[in-house]
Amino acid sequence: MTFVNWLKRHLVVIAGLITLGYLLLPNVVVTVFSFNKPKGRFNYQWQQFSLDAWKDPCGVADMCGSLSISLQIAFWATIGATALGTMIAFALVRYRFRARGAVNSLIFLPMAMPEVVMAASLLTLFLNMGAQLGFWTILIAHIMFCLSFVVTAVKARVMSMDPRLEQAAQDLYAGPLQTFVRVTLPIAAPGIAAGALLAFALSFDDFIITNFNAGSTVTFPMFVWGSAQRGTPVQINVIGTTMFLVAVLLVLVSMVVSNRRNKQKPL
Amino acid sequence: MATLTEAPPPLSPTAPEKKPPRRRGRFTPYWLLLPGILWLLVFFALPMIYQASTSVQTGSLETGYKVTWHFATYWDALSQYWPQFLRSLLYAGAATVLCLVLGYPLAYLIAFRAGRWRNLIMILVIAPFFTSFLIRTLAWKTILADSGPVVSTLNTLHVLDVTNWLGWTAGDRVLATPLAVVCGLTYNFLPFMILPLYTSLERIDGRLHEAAGDLYAKPVTTFRKVTFPLSMPGVVSGTLLTFIPAAGDYVNADLLGSTDTRMVGNVIQTQFLRILDYPTAAALSFILMAAILFMVTLYIRRSGTEDLV
Repeated sequence: MTFVNWLKRHLVVIAGLITLGYLLLPNVVVTVFSFNKPKGRFNYQWQQFSLDAWKDPCGVADMCGSLSISLQIAFWATIGATALGTMIAFALVRYRFRARGAVNSLIFLPMAMPEVVMAASLLTLFLNMGAQLGFWTILIAHIMFCLSFVVTAVKARVMSMDPRLEQAAQDLYAGPLQTFVRVTLPIAAPGIAAGALLAFALSFDDFIITNFNAGSTVTFPMFVWGSAQRGTPVQINVIGTTMFLVAVLLVLVSMVVSNRRNKQKPL
Repeated sequence: MATLTEAPPPLSPTAPEKKPPRRRGRFTPYWLLLPGILWLLVFFALPMIYQASTSVQTGSLETGYKVTWHFATYWDALSQYWPQFLRSLLYAGAATVLCLVLGYPLAYLIAFRAGRWRNLIMILVIAPFFTSFLIRTLAWKTILADSGPVVSTLNTLHVLDVTNWLGWTAGDRVLATPLAVVCGLTYNFLPFMILPLYTSLERIDGRLHEAAGDLYAKPVTTFRKVTFPLSMPGVVSGTLLTFIPAAGDYVNADLLGSTDTRMVGNVIQTQFLRILDYPTAAALSFILMAAILFMVTLYIRRSGTEDLV
């Protein structure tokens, strides 16, 4: 009876932790299998513990090349989408103008469209224009689909900003530029950073849109896709594990830093 | 009287404060919008128009395509590929329901029960995003492998007998069956359910739960009458964020499924990139888009949160 009661009381916690386990299980498998020494081309069955892949992460032909292409595209797509998106977000929150509704729906639509539809239509455009598929078409596509997410992230932050802070700066004889650089931008920064991080993650991980518009250029997700057909090297798991660890580490460090800052300056 | 008419309109707490238009920089918003909107018009809106025109073209790769208003392409595509369409909607629907059932407790846990663990659990929900989703989907091949622990457990518990009977699995395996595809879809889009749910749950005032308890509501009643209705915006946006991408996905169906589990995304991909039958592919993606828009509008109407979008 007591066990049943205990179960009842903690039902939500247990169910939630099961879901968390479901979410993390593939990451655990990826990590474990990065230490595998597979027989044959595929790394789906556990054979033997080995550190070979970790010692030589770039030992697979073309993998690190594709990784570097993906990083370059993600970097430039982040810069492009963050710059354009931040401008749109400021315009939408700070100004009343005509066509505001139209702009809002143009921002919303790419997020509500299945990727395969966007990918196919963009390819139609590039084919019609006779564009050479490759780095540039991928970059164009990535900026396009990251843009909406940046706008949404920045908008949320700017909307919760107190406009009196900027008025105060102006009352203290700060010019428009000075107000923007010293007051507005620092307050909006977390939103912009969140948008940029999202854009980077989305661009780096995108497969469907890239697959349609890449031509013969191979990004990292496309390399992984190809290897699922040809044979998966263990090094893929090494990269996957590293990405996960770096992400967790970055978030933990940023949390510690912001905690310390909050302690130093109690508001 | 003059003071009355000049009084500013009452501000609702949700609406952002309306600022008087600034005199300087009347064109500033347009300059700010110009580059981004131009980008979206050229690389998002224009392609849609191109695709619409492609879908009513006839011809072949060698002779070139011409717009002939050949609407029969739509009919042909639908009559040939309706099983894949139906499957996409079914799989995406099943994955969405599973995401809601699995995601709600976790979102609830983070919002109300996690305490000082809240940030850590949040990190663990978001961090898998940084491992390429293809790598994680491939990991499901290992997890669901024929000789793996999952399949043998399901076999011992006779779960596979039931799923075989339902047609979700075939024989002694889970891989290459609908169950595997739905499992992969659920996994892939689960964070898109959890995050909106968490946002709307977190906004609920904890005192409402206490009030419900004070009025002798059992926990279940409190959930049914207070928590769940208040989390509806999260439920609606979460289901949309899972259903739409899941319906268009072809990665899970390809990696975890078989030829019997092909979804409409697989068909569009093959038509576009291998068979090079552009009109059919364009028509298919327009039908998919229309079907999704139709269902989404209907759903938003019925759930009564029209102000959401």
